[in-house]
Amino acid sequence: MATAGSEQNKAPGSTGGATGMNVRDQIKQPLWLLAELTYSCPLQCPYCSNPMDFAKVKKELTTEEWISVFKQARAMGATQLGFSGGEPMTRPDLVELIREARKLGFYTNLITSGVGLDSAKVAEFKEAGLDHIQVSFQASSEDLNNLIAGTDAFKHKIEMAKAVKANGYPMVLCFVTHRQNIDQIDEILDLCVELEADYVELATTQYYGWAMHNRDQLMPMKEQLVRAEAIAHQYQEDLQGKMKVYYVVPDYYEERPKACMNGWGNIFLTVTPDGTALPCHAARDLPGMTLPNVKDMSIDEIWNGSDDFNKFRGFDWMTEPCRSCDEKEKDFGGCRCQAFMLTGDATNADPVCSKSPHHHLIEEAVAAGIAEAAKPVTEQKPLVFRNPKNSKKISGL
Amino acid sequence: MSEAVFKADSVPVLAQGYRFQWEPAQDCFVLLYPEGMVKLNPAAGEILKRINEKQQTVAELIAELKEAFNGADLGDDVYRFLEEAHGNSWIRAE
Repeated sequence: MATAGSEQNKAPGSTGGATGMNVRDQIKQPLWLLAELTYSCPLQCPYCSNPMDFAKVKKELTTEEWISVFKQARAMGATQLGFSGGEPMTRPDLVELIREARKLGFYTNLITSGVGLDSAKVAEFKEAGLDHIQVSFQASSEDLNNLIAGTDAFKHKIEMAKAVKANGYPMVLCFVTHRQNIDQIDEILDLCVELEADYVELATTQYYGWAMHNRDQLMPMKEQLVRAEAIAHQYQEDLQGKMKVYYVVPDYYEERPKACMNGWGNIFLTVTPDGTALPCHAARDLPGMTLPNVKDMSIDEIWNGSDDFNKFRGFDWMTEPCRSCDEKEKDFGGCRCQAFMLTGDATNADPVCSKSPHHHLIEEAVAAGIAEAAKPVTEQKPLVFRNPKNSKKISGL
Repeated sequence: MSEAVFKADSVPVLAQGYRFQWEPAQDCFVLLYPEGMVKLNPAAGEILKRINEKQQTVAELIAELKEAFNGADLGDDVYRFLEEAHGNSWIRAE
């Protein structure tokens, strides 16, 4: 009984180097459904991964349509359901969706800023069967938190974190870090200890959507990262058995890419507010996507049969240096969206990889961030906040 | 090896936030927790099923397993598993 279980979501798992992944019984079925219920959000975080043109989405899926999505994904074997957005709290039918999802046997995760949440709702969700609430913070201090979130929310978040704990949920706090808050990492972790968090996720901003637009202003310095990592590891050691600290290393400072989504169309299924099904939440912007919608096709057809989900399964789509790389089964060539955004071709190696002929683009982006940080504050580019006005302006809507 | 957490009169319970269930798609018992899942081998599944069903002491749990599995003496295996599961934060002792 040496190994009692295997972790499914942490290890990418080998797909056996299969070619011809379109063969249905070789396709792994989804384990994770991310339900982006809405793009509405009271916050305006400049590192949001939502698409820049989110303001164009007017019609969200109905309650019945969401429940149908849940039923189909559950029947295929998905066990984790994330309610996300935007801010999922802005959906008036959230409690009903939680109840249905829990009844189906999902482990239900509410991923929220805490804005719009109150103690009564926390208790109501508990009664409906919600398993877990993740409250995201922007920073540990009130001023910076509110500046970055573009709203006055900090005190409320603290209260909500306490309410989550009081209602017997495992407490998971998430801090998205970047140049402007990463030096507060010790204060952030002290706050987590004070709130008796069970899990803390320190996630460095990844550059998609709004974060990509604000990359120069968000890019951390190398010294900041070295310091933050050392502090995070110290807390990990000191708090062993009490609070689990996950520190996500920023990929722009790495030599090898992340195994994005644990492989394309391998575990994760995202459904966006308008019903578009995506292999990851940033994939909408890739060229040649057919963007299947849950209103027109079944989840089974989309996952197993659509061009989008089969596009980067297996290894046949790869170009060099990935194609002949002995690490391709470990990282799947990295992130398709990052490869496209930076190199213009989604089949290229993620330029984070030092073997990529485009790796200089990552180094240049880091250098641009450093140059921006070195400017006098008055000359630095302002952060562009994620709100409908900016969305319309930038996307020419 | 650190000192054993479980003794004959300890009551093992699932840790907060963990849910135990059968998954037809995986053809095994699983533990679900925030944003993750552990697939359990059959032996781990049998032990956790009983922990999940009712609160009882380790001694009672072992007796029940012994009866279910033709009198096999599983005591050592059960203790080993409980310590491992505790180390993974899946269960705690009451």
